[in-house]
Amino acid sequence: MAGGAAGDPGSGGGLDAAVAERLLETMWRIRAFEERLEPLKRSSMVLGLTHLSIGQEAVAAGVCTQLRDDEPVYSNHRANGHALAKGVDMGRLLAELMGRAEGCCRGLGGSMHVVDVAHGFLGATGVVGGNLPFAVGSALAGRLLGQDRPAVVFFGDGAAQTGIFAETLNLASLWQVPVVLVCENNGFAEFTPRSAHTRVERVSDLAAPFRVPAATVDGNDVAQVHAAFAHALALARAGSGPFLLECLTHRLSGHYVGDPGGYRAAVEDEAWRARDPIERLVRQAAAAGWFDAERSRAAEAAARDEVEAAVAFAASSPFPDLGLPAELTYAR
Amino acid sequence: MSHVIPYIAAIQEAIREEMERDDRVLYFGQNMATSPEDPFLKQFGPDRVRVTPISETAEIGIATGAAVAGYRPVVELYMAEFLLVATDQVVNEGTRFHFMSKGQVSVPMVMVAGYGFTAGWAGQHTGSIYGMFMGVPGLKVALPSTPADAKGLMTTAIRDDNPVLFFQNYLLLLDEGEVPDGEHAVPFGVADVKRAGSDLTLVATGYAVRTALGAAESLARRGVSVEVIDPRTIAPLDVDTILSSVARTGHLVLVDQATRHSSVAAVIAAEVAELGFSSLEAPISLVTALDSSIAYSKPVEEFVLPDEHKVVKAVEESLGLAPASA
Amino acid sequence: MAETTYAATIAATLAAAMRADERVVVLGEDVALGGPYLTTKGLAEEFGTARVVNTPISEAAICGVAIGAAQSGLRPVVEIMFIDFIGLALDQLVNGAAKAHFMSGGQLDVPMVLRTQGGAGQRGAAQHSQSLESWLTHVPGLKVVVPSSAREVAALLPSAIADPNPVVVVESKTLYFRHETLPDEGVSPEPLGRARVVRRGDDVTIVATSKMVNEAIEAAAHLSEHGVEAEVIDPRTLVPLDLPTIAASVARTGRLVVAHEAVQHGGFGAEIAAEVQEACFYDLDAPIVRVGAPFTPVPLSPPLEDAYVPGAAEILDAVRRVLG
Repeated sequence: MAGGAAGDPGSGGGLDAAVAERLLETMWRIRAFEERLEPLKRSSMVLGLTHLSIGQEAVAAGVCTQLRDDEPVYSNHRANGHALAKGVDMGRLLAELMGRAEGCCRGLGGSMHVVDVAHGFLGATGVVGGNLPFAVGSALAGRLLGQDRPAVVFFGDGAAQTGIFAETLNLASLWQVPVVLVCENNGFAEFTPRSAHTRVERVSDLAAPFRVPAATVDGNDVAQVHAAFAHALALARAGSGPFLLECLTHRLSGHYVGDPGGYRAAVEDEAWRARDPIERLVRQAAAAGWFDAERSRAAEAAARDEVEAAVAFAASSPFPDLGLPAELTYAR
Repeated sequence: MSHVIPYIAAIQEAIREEMERDDRVLYFGQNMATSPEDPFLKQFGPDRVRVTPISETAEIGIATGAAVAGYRPVVELYMAEFLLVATDQVVNEGTRFHFMSKGQVSVPMVMVAGYGFTAGWAGQHTGSIYGMFMGVPGLKVALPSTPADAKGLMTTAIRDDNPVLFFQNYLLLLDEGEVPDGEHAVPFGVADVKRAGSDLTLVATGYAVRTALGAAESLARRGVSVEVIDPRTIAPLDVDTILSSVARTGHLVLVDQATRHSSVAAVIAAEVAELGFSSLEAPISLVTALDSSIAYSKPVEEFVLPDEHKVVKAVEESLGLAPASA
Repeated sequence: MAETTYAATIAATLAAAMRADERVVVLGEDVALGGPYLTTKGLAEEFGTARVVNTPISEAAICGVAIGAAQSGLRPVVEIMFIDFIGLALDQLVNGAAKAHFMSGGQLDVPMVLRTQGGAGQRGAAQHSQSLESWLTHVPGLKVVVPSSAREVAALLPSAIADPNPVVVVESKTLYFRHETLPDEGVSPEPLGRARVVRRGDDVTIVATSKMVNEAIEAAAHLSEHGVEAEVIDPRTLVPLDLPTIAASVARTGRLVVAHEAVQHGGFGAEIAAEVQEACFYDLDAPIVRVGAPFTPVPLSPPLEDAYVPGAAEILDAVRRVLG
């Protein structure tokens, strides 16, 4: 396990007060949104498979807040945090999760397929590992079109066991395209602990044979994630090849809302709760003199207000027109 | 004698009984046997029961290798659409070995995948894609619609010397039904008449059987006698039972949860259009999902998928009946 | 008139598309070397290896890269060397390319072309000879083009590249080096989704795809000597399918034979038969008969393979059946 023991605030290195506040607000927005999703899902206001990232917010915040709108992000089935951090409007995201016409995908995609092109959120995909080559293709396009921008893709540690992971890493390295592969290693693939899936200790260990530079950081320390991704992003923006950033983290909820859950008996959530990324940032901020716990409570309150406004917006949005399937199966 | 159990329990019962009967039956796949308390793991041990990573391609390839070496693996692949990750292994490797080796090797394996969930599982987790695999020589495809058939087809699948794709429907998993006690094997390529009738033939596969039976029931209340046929396996496909029914009724409506273009329903329609041409008194009608991806939003999802109302409407049109007053 | 081949027309059409539009790039195994059938011959020399990109043997990732590139402004033409290998990339094609426009509520376009080739007849055996296009026609969001000649390549490939959707072009390996003359002034692009009536006739309709179009023409010539005039229709694209042209013909002839190289059971002919029996039920004077390969893998042994692949003789048998 990377990072310090429970209670160690970490270095906070590389942050300043303004950046730290933005990260705090972003993490609270994700946390508040997803905590509200759970009852919405249980009351069937939200549909489908709802994969929460509670406990993993530092990765989404530390990565996406550094990207411009023209720098695309591909996400996976656990997409809410990535989407919010990348700038997707919370009301339109929730409307999507409720299957409404004003959802960012007009209610057709849902939580596993969130897309918001205007904010460079090119989308979530529901098949594990399937999104990896899209980012390489997007980065290749950026280079051929003379655009000065890399592409970023999120994937879980489960995806590292798919064949397309190796194919993608090889192509990214071979072509030296500017892509940052961000692994959220939360120790579980769907319902199965990592130890039952592989003997490879770290996902970043897989990068070396492909000559892809890599780093592993404590994914529950937003300062570490921010600093490591800043380094990778600077290289990519300068036109370097791929970089693999592994963030060790832990989801404090199941694979999806309402999943069997029993498989997690072996997991000690309590130890991880002590590493809660929001609380750690607050401790770092206090030590560095950036802000105090009161500021965190204010950010939380603002986030919860925003969520309630999003619920009101989404719940009042109509359901989509039944002509949409015929209209949108093919582009015209 | 029989007992009442859910569809999923019937499948598990068949696997367990076959594992007890035959040491060569192995059972592995995703999201199973993750705890030491798992009943299969406890009964048969980690050599025969194991969890795999998310590696569909390798899972099927490993099963193929084990089958060639004399074992009879059952591979749990989770969702049907994830078969697309490994389609090469499904259709191009094990499925070909018996033929390409001139019968020197056989590949007795079962690939289990779920399909057809609704409730917002959206575009990549709901596909009823079984039709893509019916045109693959060498591959058998089972599509049970009841607990009894689920058990009987799984038993036969495990005993078959060829690769079998076994599609279980997510919405049927908890449906209870009578399952015969003791050994129960349903032969492949033998359709089952789920309801006898004389005015019109409904042929439905997998989940759509339930839709068809519901429609038949409501039509019966109006004095329309509908026969419901479930092919149970789409490869091999029992065309004869369908043809003999159509010879009596002269009318055929096909119900399929999949999208229409190049569906199982289209294949059955083509077979009957050729071999049952002189029996037909009206065009064969297809009630399927619309040709689009499955939408997330509930009303759009419902609009895209077939339902009882759409089946009743097709039957009315085929028989020239006035629509029921709503 | 200009003498050419199917393969050379592919290379020339790709070159023209790349000259006209800088966003067009070509990706695939050995494409920068011209490919095993020379369908990308000369492209790397003219456009450089930044736009004509050789890839490792990684079908899934190549397809995924093309999807990502298409979503970010390029118009990739990706080559999967044999359609037999498409199973390695099917998740990308089906779950990635075909559904993106729909699932994103219309935000994402995937203007990519996937070129591949199928068919038996070159002793390629069971993993290098298949005709698997029917799978792809079951996937809403994909378009499927099956050019039957160099002329159709010249007419349809530019439209496939210009299309905002993922388009799979299934070429025929046995047609690649067939000689053909095209008009000096060239062939103008034609829209996808329009069938072509290759031969007029009033007695029976033969719908044939890809290399079976030539077989159907040969069968029709033979029938004509015996006083039977067959209408031969090449759908050219399987998705979208031009049902009105086929139905109008069947309404006139009352008889339909469908011929393709794929297995008869589960092949695309079933889709055409299902559509036509519904659209033309009261016009049909005879059962619809489908001609396709037997339901076995493709055998290697030359006499077995020759017997396996359907041709003009099988079409003639089918026509005799529908004529009674």
